[in-house]
Amino acid sequence: MTIETRPLHQQLGMSDEEYESLLEILDREPRPAELAMYSVMWSEHCSYKSSRKHLRRFPTEAPWVVVGPGENAGVVDIGDGWLAALRIESHNHPSFVEPYQGAATGVGGILRDVFTMGARPIALWDQIRFGPLDQPKNRYLFKGVVSGIAGYGNAVGVPTVGGELEFDDSYSGNPLVNVMCLGVLRREQLVLGTAGQPGCVAVLLGRATGRDGIGGASVLASASFDESSADKRPSVQVGDPFEEKKLIEACLELYEQGLVVGVQDLGAAGLSCATSEPAGRAGVGMDVDLDAVHTRESDMSAAELLMSESQERMMAFVAPDNVDRVLSVAAKWEIESTIVGEVRRGDTLTVRMGGDVVARIPAASLADDAPLYDRPARRPEWLDDLWAIASDYSELLPGETLLALLADPNVGSSAWVHEQYDHMLFLNTVIGPGSDGSLLRLKGTEKALAVSTDGNGTLCLLDPRRGGERLVYEAALNVAVTGARPLAVVDNLNFGNPEKPEVMWQFIESIEGISQACETLGIPVVGGNVSFYNETEGEDINPTPVVGLLGLADPAPERPPRLSRAREGMEIWELGPKSTGNFAGSALQRLRGEPGGRPSPADPEDAVRVTELARDLAYHVPVLHDISDGGLAVGLAEICIASQIGAVVDSTSIQLLFSEDPHRLLVVMEPAAVSLPPDYSRQIGVIGGNSIVFGAETSVGLEDLVAAWKGAIPMRLGLDAVSADAP
Amino acid sequence: MRVAVAVFPGVNCEHDVVYALRALGAEAQLVWHRETDLSDFDGVILPGGFAHGDYLRTGAIARLSPVMAEVERMAKQGAPVLGICNGWQMLCEAGLLPGAHIANRDLTFICRFVEVEVVDARSCLTAAARPGQRLSIPLNSYQGAWVDPTRSGRVVLRYVEDPNGSQERAAAVTNERGNVVGVMPHPERAMEDVLGSSDGQTLIEGFLASLVPA
Repeated sequence: MTIETRPLHQQLGMSDEEYESLLEILDREPRPAELAMYSVMWSEHCSYKSSRKHLRRFPTEAPWVVVGPGENAGVVDIGDGWLAALRIESHNHPSFVEPYQGAATGVGGILRDVFTMGARPIALWDQIRFGPLDQPKNRYLFKGVVSGIAGYGNAVGVPTVGGELEFDDSYSGNPLVNVMCLGVLRREQLVLGTAGQPGCVAVLLGRATGRDGIGGASVLASASFDESSADKRPSVQVGDPFEEKKLIEACLELYEQGLVVGVQDLGAAGLSCATSEPAGRAGVGMDVDLDAVHTRESDMSAAELLMSESQERMMAFVAPDNVDRVLSVAAKWEIESTIVGEVRRGDTLTVRMGGDVVARIPAASLADDAPLYDRPARRPEWLDDLWAIASDYSELLPGETLLALLADPNVGSSAWVHEQYDHMLFLNTVIGPGSDGSLLRLKGTEKALAVSTDGNGTLCLLDPRRGGERLVYEAALNVAVTGARPLAVVDNLNFGNPEKPEVMWQFIESIEGISQACETLGIPVVGGNVSFYNETEGEDINPTPVVGLLGLADPAPERPPRLSRAREGMEIWELGPKSTGNFAGSALQRLRGEPGGRPSPADPEDAVRVTELARDLAYHVPVLHDISDGGLAVGLAEICIASQIGAVVDSTSIQLLFSEDPHRLLVVMEPAAVSLPPDYSRQIGVIGGNSIVFGAETSVGLEDLVAAWKGAIPMRLGLDAVSADAP
Repeated sequence: MRVAVAVFPGVNCEHDVVYALRALGAEAQLVWHRETDLSDFDGVILPGGFAHGDYLRTGAIARLSPVMAEVERMAKQGAPVLGICNGWQMLCEAGLLPGAHIANRDLTFICRFVEVEVVDARSCLTAAARPGQRLSIPLNSYQGAWVDPTRSGRVVLRYVEDPNGSQERAAAVTNERGNVVGVMPHPERAMEDVLGSSDGQTLIEGFLASLVPA
């Protein structure tokens, strides 16, 4: 630890220029507590100062959008008085510094974003990325993150029903931990993050405030890493899922009884955000009394109280007549509650402590006057070198290649991870982890909600625009194979240092790709998150936008397709445009450590056609599977493993079997059960036997396939293969 | 016939249990852990989850919740009392069933379907099953391994393959009288084929068949 000599604003992560502009806004020197508030609210994490300009590109409107970007979560109408709330967030930096608590509090934070809207959270999806498991540090981070997600998610009582797992060198210094949450609510229960009218009372609910997580948003989430990162450990918050569970139930009861005007969770920037944002949105001022805040530690300064990111806290704005009932609901659920403020006319946020005014600022200025940067962007020169790489795998043997791919943790079974998560709670999980998309029924209706989350750092490194576009189409196809129509997208944009023009270019290109695909499919982006500064020692991660796509099946198929429903004698068809044999960004390239070439473009017409065909087929065929990581051969092997039966495939072409072009599906069905468009489909084999046979030449036994696939992760952790869930 | 489903702060399977009971036509009602009178009920279920955060020890604080006095009264009077997962841990802590629970052998949480075999039909959980019958039911626990140095519990369900290191591969254990049962896998999660299995119906039906009017 070095002795700190920099000026206070720099220590808090604020640049000299930003400090100058703060002096202009206030027309005086800020008080220490005010400086603390502005430093967190103007951090990259809270203000999106480098990204806001570009996020405006996203299409955000559709008739079914109830709440778009800017609130705690996006909300869409799913019919018959039901709404769905969704949100995705990252907890990358905290998870690197302290993997268990970093991941755990990421889960806690995303849940609060969703139940703040009045929704009961019904499911979580985690998208996690690490460096290769042959390095001890990566194994430590991976195990810590998985147990953090399990420890918090299971105990808080919200099932984790799916997600994504990627291993790549680029994440070795900087793991990515993203988490998405879906909630449902009746329309009349929708609550917004507003402070309401003058006279409303601010009630702080939940856990006591301590010194944990101070500067989490500014010091931790908005800066890069070097070897002193361990010093940042005190900036990581500590989670308590039991408090969160009680807080969820208490808040849901408050909503049911109609006792609150607005609610804001205390996440990044803590009390600073939970007072200024709701006041700013409502166009009112507020008086806040820090002496009333229930604390865990004594002698906390005003700045510490305002910046603390202690978890499991909510601010409720309540009409004066309802305050007693709110306090008694909190008492019933055994959570603490205190009145900490009152909404005032005007636009001034006044914070007092010990009788003194410690902050008096325009409430809206914390958010509205945040800096806005238009950072320079430049296409990286090295991209041409990457595009020039040609992959020729024609010498490889299909059977060996398939076994090697299945044993790769990027491709093999994720059971070691998802069996540690409760993925069945609430009795909604019709299709759970280990499939293309999750399908959750909505009990009491014929509806089911489908979700797929997709990212691919290698693909986006090679072409961030095509990559972004293809992620949306892949997610759409993944929900379509469950019978669902794509409805809305949330995105988590994980990138390197935005002060580098090449990173900025990747960021802008990805947004363009995602936006174009959403426009083609006619679906809005209803929320998102940006995580910059994912770099360690100057090395940026691969550009990794993650797309979370929500779909609606109404009515849901009675027997949706499953990987496990292939039977002897069924035909195997490939549906969609013919493969061009492109390996750029493929699992096979990554396995061989040679990513290169330019990924195939997405085709909007194919995307729409194949998505609609898939939706229709989901009501008629037993197996429908998106062709993605590892190509056709891996897709088929996943079906064979789940159904415990072999297959005979006509082709022996490595290019046909393992390349990864978009918009393609595998259909398995009884002969002539459904007629597929002849110009758009090809029979490639039949189901049967106890091995996968390629062109009657080479074959690989089912037992070997299962062993390779099951062992992909446990073998690298030095464990025996665990028994996998039947998908 | 009315079944109380006790809700402790931190449990999370209470709504699923009520859903399963009602699906079989039973009258089920949630009761808060501060309730002190269950005389209107003919049986009680302690659902799974993390009561009081599982702090100190699983079930150790829940044992002190006011409702447990009524659970004990009903157990002594012979009414069906079923603890599922965390509920079983509470029944052990309360001394209504022998033994205790420790972490799974591999020190990881386990959520997946497991196969169990009915080894004894003389309990309020297995009353409608036949010995030798195999059922597919989801396991969902971390402190899932049962240990009982006294060897006084009667095992009614046994894992076909040992998932967690539970003594005698016990998945469910009853008292001498058969009216108090603890079960680690979740029968309420195996009520419909669309969710993977309907084998849990046999167990819930057995519980309902064991109810006698209070």
